Amino acid sequence: MDLNDKKATRESFGEALAKLGSENKNIVVLDADLAGATKSGIFAKEFPDRFFDMGISEQDMIATAAGLSTCGKIPFACSFAVFSTGRAYDQVRNSVCYPNLNVKICGSHAGITVGEDGGTHQMLEDINLMRGLPNMVVFSPSDDVQTKWIVNEMAKTKGPQYIRTCRAKSPKIYDENQEFEFGKAVQIGDGKDATIFATGICTSEALKAKEELEKEGINVRVVDLFTIKPIDEEMIIKCAKETKKLISVEDHNIIGGLGSAIAEVLTDKYPANLIRMGIKDMFGESGKADELMKKYNIDKDAIIKCVKE
Amino acid sequence: MKITDEDIKELKKHANEARKSIIQEVYLAGSGHPGGALSIVDILTVLYFNQMNIDPEKKDDLNRDRLVLSKGHASAALYAVLAERGFFPKEELKSFRKLGSILQGHPDMKKVPGVDMSSGSLGQGLSVANGMALASKLDSRGYKVYCIVGDGEIEEGQIWEACMTSSKFNLDNLCVIVDNNNLQIDGKVTEVKKSVYPLKEKFESFGFEVFEVDGHNMDELISTFQKVRQTKGKPSVVLAKTIKGKGVKFMENNVEWHGKAPKEEEYKIAMKGLEEMGD
Repeated sequence: MDLNDKKATRESFGEALAKLGSENKNIVVLDADLAGATKSGIFAKEFPDRFFDMGISEQDMIATAAGLSTCGKIPFACSFAVFSTGRAYDQVRNSVCYPNLNVKICGSHAGITVGEDGGTHQMLEDINLMRGLPNMVVFSPSDDVQTKWIVNEMAKTKGPQYIRTCRAKSPKIYDENQEFEFGKAVQIGDGKDATIFATGICTSEALKAKEELEKEGINVRVVDLFTIKPIDEEMIIKCAKETKKLISVEDHNIIGGLGSAIAEVLTDKYPANLIRMGIKDMFGESGKADELMKKYNIDKDAIIKCVKE
Repeated sequence: MKITDEDIKELKKHANEARKSIIQEVYLAGSGHPGGALSIVDILTVLYFNQMNIDPEKKDDLNRDRLVLSKGHASAALYAVLAERGFFPKEELKSFRKLGSILQGHPDMKKVPGVDMSSGSLGQGLSVANGMALASKLDSRGYKVYCIVGDGEIEEGQIWEACMTSSKFNLDNLCVIVDNNNLQIDGKVTEVKKSVYPLKEKFESFGFEVFEVDGHNMDELISTFQKVRQTKGKPSVVLAKTIKGKGVKFMENNVEWHGKAPKEEEYKIAMKGLEEMGD
């Protein structure tokens, strides 16, 4: 991990999308007046004919994307996570997932790390909403390299998919030739004292915690679950067998997110205790991203404390 | 193309057959939405038998015209007309709304040959139709997209978001049809939400070319759709004055028949009436 090489996953998303534009002519991008923020604007600049600014109408945007997909297009519909999955939930459900259409739902500005905009814009329920929909795939990338791999994967594979990106910058975790596999988590380290299951912006926090704990002789592993649905059951069970303590950490409500998804696997296949770190069923507030991560106990220090307890 | 009296007679025959199918579907299912189905069956017949570029033998043709039934609860009408047109055997209609049937309560594009989009949650179909019309333009395929919405349905805000989109992208290959029977579940549209009206001025101000038509008059419908095709540079809307329950006397203009099935005696009366109309 390179702490000095930082980039927001929304930025990586926008760059990857624009690159895809020249490789695949069927890719079209829709946004709802937030192209500058979601970074779909990078695509818009290069391919204005295949970019549709729908204005501030997310419900219309998602259903329009559905129509485009029935005619062979591969639409990426972009907005803040709170709008693309929340405001347009019924459109995602009935016009995308029910007919199992090839629509890519993109939610930037997910989680409490949105920061200063406050609770109305800090989407903490999107994983829950999207994970609960039949046919939907849920991606939650942790860094630049991974985000780009996911965007390419989304263009290659058919069906409804959701990608959750963040406003705040996060450090580069993987080098360019890191290999990923759809539905397979990445295990970093093989410590046996604890497993920290992490996703999105919390993965780098977990890695920072891992490094500090090692200095004290506590050996943990970090498991990056960048695909939350389908979830890597095999990896979860393996870690439950191999490590003494299981912790999940996410910038999302502890109800219905990564922790819940892991708990479901454990309950079904290999009963074990899991400590779920995340936003404890409440709304966020204004502040800086790092201040909020600290206050709501999803940063490095909170993870270290949890491992030691 | 010149339309002959014989053509009109043929269309009326198909529409009457479709009406009988609707009544039978709903009767055998013991549930469904006959009122709103009967009000759009003439429109669907004109589209599928006279206007649209479709072929049951090539149902996945990329260049075919599309239709989105945004008021998906009128599925019985769409199924009846698609079966009448040869997309699937009419025998299949007997399974409407039953366990394991391809004919779900609301249209499922993955199950029914000829259905271009799943629908049911009101207000979404026009956006979907816009997407299809945009794709047609992007690929210069030239196909047309028709979208049928209910007059109660347009109380959904998304319809007006979509109207702005149709007009922003100058979708002259899009034709919206408003099934204006003035009835919704809770009563008359003029009572539930009077401010739905005036329709003409609303659509005009949203940038549409507006056509007004008797939604049960085959001649008028055909000449209107011909004019729609000549409209360039902006989307069209056809405000079709219709009668909910049209063709079954005791169902006509009676909101009770929005969402219920006829009992055996009522079924017989309805079928007898339609038989006589067909003669």
